Amino acid sequence: MSETLDLSMFVTRAADGIARMELAVDGVGCTSCIRKIENGLKEIPGIAGARLNFTDRRLAVDWREGELSAGGVIEALERIGYRAHPFRPQQAESDEALHARFLLKCLAVAGFAAMNVMLLSVSVWSGNVSDMTLETRDLFHWLSAAIALPAGAYAGRPFFRSAFQALRAGRTNMDVPISIGVVLALGMSLVETITHSEHAYFDSAIMLLFFLLCGRTLDHAMRRKTRAVAGNLAALKAEVAHRLDDSGEIVTVPAAALKPGDRLLVRPGKRVPADGIIVSGTTELDESLITGETARRTANAGSQVYAGSCSFSGAVTVKVTAAAGGSLIDEVQRLLDSAVLAKSKIVRLADRAAALYAPVVHLTAALTVIGWLIAGASAHDAIVTGIAVLIITCPCALALAIPAVQVVASGALFRSRIIINAGDAIERLANADTVVFDKTGTLTLPEARLDNAAMIPSDLLERAARLALSSHHPLAVAVARHAESRAPYDGVVEEPGRGVRAMIEDTEARLGSSEFCGVAGPSDAANGTSCIVFAHNGRSAVLSVRQTLRPDAKEIVRSLAALGLELHILSGDRSDAVAPVAEELGIRSWYAGLKPVEKITYLTKLKAAGRRVLMVGDGLNDAPALATAHVSLSPISAAEITQAQADAVFLGEPLSPVLDSILIARRARALMMQNLWVAVLYNAIAVPIAIAGGVTPLIAAAAMSGSSVIVTLNALRARRKTVPNETISTEIVRTPAIGHAA
Amino acid sequence: MNVLLYLVPMALALGLAGLAAFLWSMRAGQYDDLDGAAVRVLSDDDVGTP
Repeated sequence: MSETLDLSMFVTRAADGIARMELAVDGVGCTSCIRKIENGLKEIPGIAGARLNFTDRRLAVDWREGELSAGGVIEALERIGYRAHPFRPQQAESDEALHARFLLKCLAVAGFAAMNVMLLSVSVWSGNVSDMTLETRDLFHWLSAAIALPAGAYAGRPFFRSAFQALRAGRTNMDVPISIGVVLALGMSLVETITHSEHAYFDSAIMLLFFLLCGRTLDHAMRRKTRAVAGNLAALKAEVAHRLDDSGEIVTVPAAALKPGDRLLVRPGKRVPADGIIVSGTTELDESLITGETARRTANAGSQVYAGSCSFSGAVTVKVTAAAGGSLIDEVQRLLDSAVLAKSKIVRLADRAAALYAPVVHLTAALTVIGWLIAGASAHDAIVTGIAVLIITCPCALALAIPAVQVVASGALFRSRIIINAGDAIERLANADTVVFDKTGTLTLPEARLDNAAMIPSDLLERAARLALSSHHPLAVAVARHAESRAPYDGVVEEPGRGVRAMIEDTEARLGSSEFCGVAGPSDAANGTSCIVFAHNGRSAVLSVRQTLRPDAKEIVRSLAALGLELHILSGDRSDAVAPVAEELGIRSWYAGLKPVEKITYLTKLKAAGRRVLMVGDGLNDAPALATAHVSLSPISAAEITQAQADAVFLGEPLSPVLDSILIARRARALMMQNLWVAVLYNAIAVPIAIAGGVTPLIAAAAMSGSSVIVTLNALRARRKTVPNETISTEIVRTPAIGHAA
Repeated sequence: MNVLLYLVPMALALGLAGLAAFLWSMRAGQYDDLDGAAVRVLSDDDVGTP
């Protein structure tokens, strides 16, 4: 039975026979990697070009079709020493790249205009108090208008568009007062220029746009960076499936290319790549990623299997079905839809501020005009003062107050190995007062570990571990972690569902079930522990493998409790598996054997009691609960649907990101509030001056840039949380991937 | 004030030149891989072996 690899879905072809593929590359950490990969590939006949993007760790390879295949490129990379995974750029990502360019162009135009208009304005300001002639002042105003009007129309588009969309939907957002302020400032300045007045506000309007565009661009760049890392992680995790052709041949395809009706071969120790029904064969399924249950379920022909479950003992043929018909997935999907709907009602801090701000500002401006008219000023003077109020209150500092902190805080989270999915997650993380954990895969490590390594003679353990290197069985993988020498033995024979054997020092060694090793041993213990036996040369050892807690779980749980957070465990596992974990961690409130809907009921009850819940979970059964909770976190090993629901995803083995995220978020929230107060304070000082009619362009420019700079500098303090300076790329290497391409 | 006749156009021309240069560099993809550009400059590959 031959196996072929089909990667056609990732390859794009140009007309001249050049094929191109994008790959996410694992393990690129240093400069020399660039040279090694690019030069190594270019030496291979058939490769037309290779370029590694060091920023997002992606490699674009061009090759001449016919001389090389897509699989060949990946093999070549593996020989150079890097594991690469084909990557299909998501539509959302290319859209964002376009938007980033658009923002940069606007920023460049605004920057150019701000510099040149300011050059003219400073001349006018100093000319006004010295000997500038009126003709020269008018000339400078007209020059400013010639620069500022087209530049404002070009660079203001991101704000005008967003404001227009909001108004059409009957809402208001921060962009509405910004757009009104900019348009009025430019319009009034033009009128003042025509009427040969002393003051024009072209510089204020353009500088405002420049500052705000800086904020937007940084915000967008941060979001793109986290999205690129998330995309790479998804590619590195991407599963392959062994599809059976009509002729019975096995074709290895990416799981994303599977269609309903395909027949798949799932070998022991592999994850099921798609939902389906078993056509033939029997196996024990580990569904801990789906339900949280650690005990295995026996499945045979006709049984429903879910993507993400792990086949333990036998090879089965599965027919892919579209998720349909009262299955767990459907229920999860249904619960998700209603939960997501409920969540969209949470209003972001920035929008709350905007909703409060816009009416107040516009009312103040209107009252100013009316006030001056009553006081007997001319209509022209009254309107000019009113517009000056609008310009000075144009929420430059306010619009930067929250995004600037968000950018800096998500950078800090990124360094703590937390990737934010939702922009407002930081605000919600900050005011969480209750943490609800799932057990399996969240408090415990996603994969099983050898529990009694210390009790086994070290030479026996080393031999068992080296023998285990040759098997992909989950229990064997747990044992293989203890191998000091990473070289597997020669001539290892794997008997599916039973164990592995090989000749070591001329005697046969066996690792597997107790019958397979011919040793009377205990069967699997009840509390989720699996036992396997190693026998060699008359000696034997029983190795017990079980789910263990994340290494720092105890300290982190204690620190979370010390922060005053209320802790709960909601698990889908049996109570005799949950109880010891809860006891070890000192969490008194725990519930076992919960279905997805019961988890939601519990969360709703907490919500009704006024608690804001941070849900941390990884299983498919947690997805609706994550969406229901006030805010949610999930480890990178989580099921795909679950990860999509989480507000943030954390990498690596430790549980510390849960604590870090709360600490960073609380700090960020405090800074956001500070910034909002700075903006309010600035207005409290500037608005009375504006109402009194004392705002000259010089004061407007100084106040506006001053407040923006203060707010931005204050936001930078969100960085200050010392975390180990470890790059995220090395973490990707150590993150255990599920079902790697063999 | 005759000096303005050539100083102002000159200032504007310089600014526009900077803007054009930025737009060109962006279109040429110079901002696509900022980290890579920072480390590639240290590579000696383009120096011919003596």
